[in-house]
Amino acid sequence: MIGFLGDFDRAEEAAQEAFAVAAERWPRDGVPANPGAWLTTTARNRAIDRIRRERVLARKTRELEVQEAAEESMDDTVFPDERLELIFTCCHPALALDAQVALTLRTLGGLSTESIARAFLVPEPTMAQRLVRAKRKITAAGIPFRVPPDHLLPERLAAVLAVVYLIFNEGYGAGAELASEAIRLGRALSVLMPDEAEVHGLLALMLLHESRRDARLRDGALVLLTDQDRSRWDVAAIAEGRSALDRALALGRPGPYVIQAAIAALHTEDEVDWRQIVALYTELARRTGSPVVELNRAVAVAEADGPAAGLTLLEGLDLPGYRYLDSARADLLRRLGRVDEALAAYNRALAHTTAAHERAFLERRLAELQP
Amino acid sequence: MNYILLIYGSESGDSWGQLSEAEQQAILNEYWAISELPETQGGAQLQPSATATTVRVDNGRTLTTDGPFAETKEVLGGYYLVEADDIDKALEIAARIPAARLGGSVEVRPLVER
Repeated sequence: MIGFLGDFDRAEEAAQEAFAVAAERWPRDGVPANPGAWLTTTARNRAIDRIRRERVLARKTRELEVQEAAEESMDDTVFPDERLELIFTCCHPALALDAQVALTLRTLGGLSTESIARAFLVPEPTMAQRLVRAKRKITAAGIPFRVPPDHLLPERLAAVLAVVYLIFNEGYGAGAELASEAIRLGRALSVLMPDEAEVHGLLALMLLHESRRDARLRDGALVLLTDQDRSRWDVAAIAEGRSALDRALALGRPGPYVIQAAIAALHTEDEVDWRQIVALYTELARRTGSPVVELNRAVAVAEADGPAAGLTLLEGLDLPGYRYLDSARADLLRRLGRVDEALAAYNRALAHTTAAHERAFLERRLAELQP
Repeated sequence: MNYILLIYGSESGDSWGQLSEAEQQAILNEYWAISELPETQGGAQLQPSATATTVRVDNGRTLTTDGPFAETKEVLGGYYLVEADDIDKALEIAARIPAARLGGSVEVRPLVER
């Protein structure tokens, strides 16, 4: 509807009217054979009525063009899936990142402004204001409603995937709602862009992480991957994640999401192949140059070649105050029997940690180490 | 839609002066090429901010002052007016402006359509 009407508010209004008409008619006349198409047609007609009324007032010329285009294609009962255009519009780099995320959740996820505000820990009026500003900019600045041309696609697709992954990560720790919304968006993208390896890679990555949601916590404390109860992993999500990864790998030229998904898939094997995980992290580090990736690589090296080798790599990292560096060092020191240093590192990690389940984990480790 | 591309850059640095004549000419050619684009409706390079004069009218009295002198490192140095289907085209042209890669920046603003 938005693509058709060229205006977010108008599309929302039209959709609301269509739902209102449906609520009145469907119980009386029965649900139409294709409710989705019915709603779109109704919303479209309502919008045209509205635009026609406004035309009398001789307002914006843009709407006149929209109306004429609408009348020409009125008989079409099949509407193209516009979600792809919509997500590229919502994730346009001319919008602030938080606005991109909020707009994607609002227009593609159908989340209420209230629940988006809650997820981002801001008051509802603040989030409402952000959304209004973003929608206004889309109209005023001429942000296009379309999939960008090929030469812009790589950078724009990266932004879209980043927004979806950000939504997933928002939901990783706390609310499952955002995580499943991100997976839903990921599935939609993989249907809409079946030739993009990174699209399948991101979907696989999210599914494989999400499959362990129930096993990640025990008695309110974080459970490390190696200690998790595998019977609590979601087998269906793992299978879907693996098949998405296979599709991504078949397309060739794996990017960062595909590599991370491959690592996540290796973790679900009965016998974890740490050498291969090290190799994948090495490649990922080379591509991203991220010290956080180097940290993960060091942890994998510790599994493959022993804690001393991992610790050597950790000492060279420049991640001041990063709590996972301290907790990773603490763990390796503990395994090397360097108890005093381990205690100090656990305490440093604890000082930088606020999340209750992570604190519970660190406190348990401290208690175990204390004589 | 119509957009103005406001070109900001540093006036203080003599990075321009350090370029060879051939390099300077190459950059000027790039600016000319943008002027010649079918989307470009107009544009100009501004004289340095030291030549600026500010006018205010207070109770019918015109107050004319020298300046303002740049307090920030980046000052408005020129602009293009472009007509484009959407912001993507305007952004694409903005990215071609040499100042954008030579330490300056380009602000893209849609014009109010009447």
